[in-house]
This record gives sequence, C-alpha cells and structure tokens, in this order.
Amino acid sequence: MSTHSASAAGPELGQLTRFAVSPARRRKDRFARGTILAGTVIALIPLVLIVYYLLRKGLGAWSTSFFTTDPTGNTFFGGSNIGGIKSAILGTIEIVALASAIAVPVGIGVAVWLVEYGKNSWFAQAVRFFVDVLTGVPSIVFGLFVYIVLVVGTGSTYAGYKGSIALSLLMLPVVIRSAEVILLLVPGALRESALALGAPRWRVIFNIVLPTALPGMITGVLLAVARAAGETAPLLFTAAATLKTNFNLGGFMNSLPVQIYKDVTSPTTAVVNRAWGAALTLVVMILLLNLIARLIARRSRLA
Amino acid sequence: MEAASIPSGDRAPLARSPLARLPDRALKLGLTVLAALILALIVYFFIRLVGQARPAFAKEGVLGFVFGNDWNVSAEHFGALPLLVGTLITSALALLIGVPVAVASAIYATELCPLRLRAPLTLLVELLAAVPSVVYGLWGIFFLAPKLQGAEQWVADRLSFVPFIGGGLVTIPNYFITGLILAIMILPIVSAISREVMSTVPADHKEAALGLGATRWEMIRIAVLPYCRSGIVGGAMLGLGRAIGETIAVTILIGDAPKLGEHLFAQGYSLAAVIANEFGEAQGVHRSALFAAGLVLFVLTLLVNGVARMLVIRAARTKGSGSARSESTTDSIAGTAVGA
Repeated sequence: MSTHSASAAGPELGQLTRFAVSPARRRKDRFARGTILAGTVIALIPLVLIVYYLLRKGLGAWSTSFFTTDPTGNTFFGGSNIGGIKSAILGTIEIVALASAIAVPVGIGVAVWLVEYGKNSWFAQAVRFFVDVLTGVPSIVFGLFVYIVLVVGTGSTYAGYKGSIALSLLMLPVVIRSAEVILLLVPGALRESALALGAPRWRVIFNIVLPTALPGMITGVLLAVARAAGETAPLLFTAAATLKTNFNLGGFMNSLPVQIYKDVTSPTTAVVNRAWGAALTLVVMILLLNLIARLIARRSRLA
Repeated sequence: MEAASIPSGDRAPLARSPLARLPDRALKLGLTVLAALILALIVYFFIRLVGQARPAFAKEGVLGFVFGNDWNVSAEHFGALPLLVGTLITSALALLIGVPVAVASAIYATELCPLRLRAPLTLLVELLAAVPSVVYGLWGIFFLAPKLQGAEQWVADRLSFVPFIGGGLVTIPNYFITGLILAIMILPIVSAISREVMSTVPADHKEAALGLGATRWEMIRIAVLPYCRSGIVGGAMLGLGRAIGETIAVTILIGDAPKLGEHLFAQGYSLAAVIANEFGEAQGVHRSALFAAGLVLFVLTLLVNGVARMLVIRAARTKGSGSARSESTTDSIAGTAVGA
C-alpha cells in the first residue's frame, strides 16, 4: 500500500504517511509480536533444561552393570552395591507388550466397527462418547479399577498381567480414535470397487481397508505404546514392584516408571542417581517409539 | 426349467448362499459386541467404584466426605476438602501459566514464524508430551524446586500483605511448583489443539483483515482469535482434565501433607496423590475413603472433559470448513498426537 502511494505521490514524502501505519499501532504490533515470540521461547525452555539434566545426570549413571544387574534393594549404608535396572527394563517391555497385545486388536476392532458398521447411528455415537470418556479418565483411576476387579475380585495379589490390563485400558481410547481417523481416510471408492467385484464385506475389510490403513494405524499404536510405557500410577497397585527379573507375568513385576518413583523418594544419592539413569533409559525408549511412529506416518499414503 | 438352473429356488440369482454370508454376519456381530463391551465396561467400572466407596460415604456422608476439612488416617476421619483444594489450586495454576504460553506458541507457529521453522517448532513442543510423568516429578523435585525456592521466597516476602500468597515460609515441595510442572505438562496438548483450530481459520478472513490495512497483530486479534475462541477454551479444558488427573509428578512435588496449606508456597495434597501415596498400606474405611477420592476425581474429570469435548467439537463443526474431517482430526490430535 505504501509503495503504491509513494509512486502516486511522487517526490512529496509527506504524502507517504497518510497511508502508512501510525507509530502507535506499529509499536503495539511490535510489542504483541515480541510477547508471542517470548511465549514461544518460554515454552521451549523446560524442554531444553529437562533434556540437558537428563543427559548430564543419566549418562553418569549408565554403565554395563547398570543394565545387566537387578536392583539389590540395598538402599542404605551409603548406597554401595545398589544394583542396576535390568528387571525394570525387562518388566516394562513385558508388561507393555502384553498390554499392546490386548489393546491393539480390540481397539482396531472397535474402530473398524465404528467406521464400517456403526457410522453415525446413535449406538455408534454412544460408543464414541464413551471412548472419549475413557480418554479423560485419570490413569490412577484405571489402576483402582483393575485393583477392584482383579485383586479384590479374585482374592489374589498383584501380578504383571494385571498391570498390563490397566495399561491396555489406558491405550484403548488412543488406539480406537487414531485408527478411526485413519480408516475414515480410506477412499470410499476403494470399498465400492471391491464390493462391485463381488467381494463380501469381511473380505473388503481384511483385504482392502485394513492393508490400506495399516501404516497410519501403526503410527497411532506406537504413540499409544509410548504413552503406556511411561505410566506409573496404574502399575502401583496392579503389578506392584519387585527386585528380581521375572519372566512370569503371573507374578509381581518391576517396571521402569515404578522403579524411578521408588528411587526418587530415597535419601541415598546413589539411588537417586539410579533414578536419573532409569529416567534417561525410559525417555530414550519412548522417544525411539515416537520417532518410528513419525517416520511411518510420513511414509503413509493416506493422511 | 428356470428353477432348475438355480440351486435353491427362493434365492435371487446373484445372492450369496447362506453359508457364504456367515463370515460377514459373524464379523459384524463380533465387532458390535466388542463395541458394546466398551460401554458395558465403563458402566460396570462406575458401579464397582461406587460400591467400594460406599463405606466411606456412609461414615462421613457424601457432602461430609467431599467438603470435610479433616483428613486424619489414625483418627479415621476422612474429609477430602484439603485434597480437593490441592487438586483445584494446582490445576488452576497450571491453566493460568500454561495456557497463555501454549496459545502464544500456537500463534507463533501458525501465523508468525518462517515456514521452514514451523515443523521443527511443532515437533519440539510435542516432545514435551513424550516425557513421562515420573520424569517430570524427578526433574521437578531435584532441579526446578530447589532452584526456584529462593525466587519463591523473595516473591512471598514482597507480597506478604496479600493473603494466601505471601508471608509464609517457602518449602521445596509446594502448591506453586506443582502447578508450574503441571503447566509444562499440559502445554503440548493445549498448544496442539490451539494450532489445529487456528489452521482452520479461512485464509480469506486473514487476507481481508490485512487488505484493510491491519497489522499482523491486528489481523490475529480481529480474524484469528475470535474465530478460535471456543476451540482454544476447549483445548484448555482438556488440559485442565489432564492436570486434575495427573498423579505421580504431583505426588512427588506437592509434599503430601494431609491438610490445607496456609498459602501458595506451602505443602499440600491432591486427590490423585493421596491414592498413590496411601493406597498400599490402607485398610478398611481408609481404603474405602481412597476409593471415594478416586470416585470424586473420576466425576471431576468427567465433567471437565465433557465440557471440553463439546467446545472442541463445536469449534471444529461450526467454524471449521464444515467437513467431518476437520472434526475428526481435531479429535485425533486431542487423543493421540500428544497422548501423554
């Protein structure tokens, strides 16, 4: 605008200001932009600090024996020989693997039903609403639920698989919602052509819809797994904590988040250092899952 | 003659045999049952939780439990007001600090930043969501809380005339530091939803504002923010739901003192923290009281999330390009992209 008026007004520089933004408005604009930039920088500060401290404290705790020995439970006497986090790493992998084995088929099944059968019926709307409700339920409440049903209900004690069930409840809404979004993106023309060629509905779903949507669904699943792997609260009263490496999901089971939580409250420096090392391990595992999820999402033909 | 060429007379020539239709029916039935199970699960969950909480409610009365200001385990008094207040104060602080920062970063990413920076910036903010709750607790208690204690004490001394804020002694674990960590934790989800809603503002509106001579900021204020208001509020409410239910970081940082803190920088307790901390040793009425605390927490998050979903969905439906797709992407962001 100012260039236009400049060419029209020629050499009379005074004319320029008639169309230019007034200094007060320009100041306000600059101030507002500065504030917004400052807010953005503030948003990034914690990330930088967390990553820095995790690396500094966590790498110091890492060693070969850190990953290959179980915690000894020996937290006093100056913290000599406190052991590593092997049982916690293996426990987290086992618990999360079983949780995924439960949540992924069920979640994708419900998503397929929502997209292929339920559509916009009142029943499907109700299911969507309840899935949203599940998303909002605090993770510790899932822990309580599994405790009521599987610990009080069966009169038995804590076990790894009970922790898995609590985590699978947590993953379920994430898997359902992400899979539903991806399934909706599968072009209707693909389904129609398959149906027109005489394929029955179930073949259309298994041979056309699901393979097309697969990469996108894997992304959602990996994000759900990453979320579950970092959860502490649902495991406290379901899988409990233990020291020994345990390959039996029917017994007590250690996990990284619970191990960190127990170690944070310790007065011994060496044990707190182990918490930093375990935290770095956990964050690296979760970031790897996130990274893979993003790479797959980028390759996906849909979305 | 004609009937002979068709195997069973009552079927149209192109229809499948009943046997071939079986897998289809089985699949539909199976998936429907699965979906119905989700509904049944939540109802069952609610009923069981109420059942377990009943002894505590019977002892204290529902209102006496929720608003009683006395949580004393050894005397078997269970009034959850200190816990409820702790939850509400820390969540409110999280919103107060987190939402402006999140919205600023969203505006910057969608309207102001160079195109090349947009993707890395978004990724960095979302990385915050990948950090587990317990790690925020660890970092908060060993780094942030000790580093900020001096500054908090300074503020408390200067504001000693303001009730509930100044005057007292600042402890390392306290309400404020918990709220601050919660603010960092809800930042990614509020930012992601704000960004998503802002990207639905039609370019026409923005260009019209700029064409009339608005500065960048005036364009944001006139065209972008009013358009996104309900979406941003919805995102903030989802963040509030997260903050209310957050457990482990709060348990580590709030100090776990079962009483009402006198001021902002005092130790307190929250509904989620009391469950995480006391459940292991709880017996009898105490255990039931913890279930009741869980029930209060559940209902609270239900209300907050219900309002939030309504706002986000309405923002996407009425304001967005009107397509089902924008709505579902907003929801998916809410549920997955920042699922921490």
